[in-house]
Amino acid sequence: MAETVIKIEHLRVEYPSESEKKVAVKDLSLEVKQGEVFGFLGPNGAGKTTTINVLLGYVKPTAGKAIIFGVDVQEPIARHRIGYLPELTYYYKFLTAEELLRFYAKLFQIPKEIAEERIDKVLKLVELENAKSRLIKTYSKGMQQRVGLAQAIINDPDLLILDEPTSGLDPIGKMKVRQIIHKLKSEGKTVFFSSHELGEVETVSDRVAILNEGEIKEEGNVRDLLNKYKCGLEEIFLKVIGYEDLPVIG
Amino acid sequence: MGVKLNNISALAGVSMREMYRRKDFYVVLILTVILTLAMGSINFFNEPSVAGYIKEICLLLIWIFALVIAITASARQIPSEIENGTIFPLLAKPVTRTEVLVGKALGCWIATGVALFIFYVIFALLAASREHSLDFSLNVQSFLAHWIMLGIVISMAFLGSVIFAAPSSNTTICLVVVVAIMVLGRHLNRLSLNMSEPMRTIVQVIYFSIPHIELFDFRNLLVHNYPAVAWNKFFLLLIYGVGYSLIFTLIACLVFNRKRLR
Repeated sequence: MAETVIKIEHLRVEYPSESEKKVAVKDLSLEVKQGEVFGFLGPNGAGKTTTINVLLGYVKPTAGKAIIFGVDVQEPIARHRIGYLPELTYYYKFLTAEELLRFYAKLFQIPKEIAEERIDKVLKLVELENAKSRLIKTYSKGMQQRVGLAQAIINDPDLLILDEPTSGLDPIGKMKVRQIIHKLKSEGKTVFFSSHELGEVETVSDRVAILNEGEIKEEGNVRDLLNKYKCGLEEIFLKVIGYEDLPVIG
Repeated sequence: MGVKLNNISALAGVSMREMYRRKDFYVVLILTVILTLAMGSINFFNEPSVAGYIKEICLLLIWIFALVIAITASARQIPSEIENGTIFPLLAKPVTRTEVLVGKALGCWIATGVALFIFYVIFALLAASREHSLDFSLNVQSFLAHWIMLGIVISMAFLGSVIFAAPSSNTTICLVVVVAIMVLGRHLNRLSLNMSEPMRTIVQVIYFSIPHIELFDFRNLLVHNYPAVAWNKFFLLLIYGVGYSLIFTLIACLVFNRKRLR
């Protein structure tokens, strides 16, 4: 039986706001097994990013718990086997791509020789090997996003968490994300990603969960869901979040 | 949950690299070097006693610019990490917030120390060329005391940076606090004697709890060519400075660990 990589139990996250507490996630429970590509879907404000923030230890849950590889997500050791690609490009622009990757490799305590090999390998994979010695601030937006991809896989992660991985990516970047997801899947690794691009999700995911207003409204194998609803993932998504009967404009 | 030295050194390396790649750091560094050299090379009326005044002005410049470098660099480290979002991929790695703060503070302290070392070497060379003598021990003590004092200032600036959101307000507050301690710190105890209760107790509590950074100011010893301080007393001063730096850093870590980032 496949190992449980992500286990979320009765997760609740509240944010204090001026008038009242805002509940971002309500009693969310889910499990992701090793080797699965898991699509985490939902409209804006559904609680996807908050859940990812909990998984990465940025946000402490109000109630419930999240466990990765059997370790509570608040423990830094839980992040040893994780790669994370944020939605936006958040990297030190005063460093070169090579220096940035070397810095992250050091945080993962990858031995120097192995780190150098891996840096060359990932830079080649994201097609940045010719620009590796240039400062990141001189890169185009697409190139900066590919640096993000490179840093997400520098530690050869067993679990890759992607937050809107294709949002705003150039075609090369999108292709690379797909390639990386397929490659990791073929190696038996786990991918957990949030996305709005449902066509993309339908092609690459094994299982999906559809989240709305902080709760999972539907969860299951992609094929099973397609058979159950007899329509595409986009229509399933709209039905599940309550948009099936919207009048056609025009 | 142990603190990893590997992570701290990696983070210190990145914040040092950031400082060395910023133009404003070089502007201040080069400006101080030029002003110090210019002041030191001017020969007023061929009067040998003028050397003391020139040394005083050079040291004042070094103190001002070292403070500016230390405070401006430290005050923006954590806020800019949060504002630019670089903290998020960073904390997705096996690194704690304590390591991030300590690593960045260490990086600022080392980078500021390198700049300070350059200032003091130039100052010592200028003073030696003027007076044809050099008290090596006193110059080393002055540099070390100054560097440890900057450690206190940097840890204060980091503490401010996790409390105040805007780096500019933190920078201003830190500068005001440091200057106030330098100017008023040593007089607070005497001032309190002329006060009535409860102000007297309040001022005395402030006097005994603030870091007396004026103790690290060896400028008068250098200007008037006094002998070096006894090393055992000097080491006690260093311990006092390191202690305050650790206290401020510890409080900053506690606040940063509880801070909501998103």
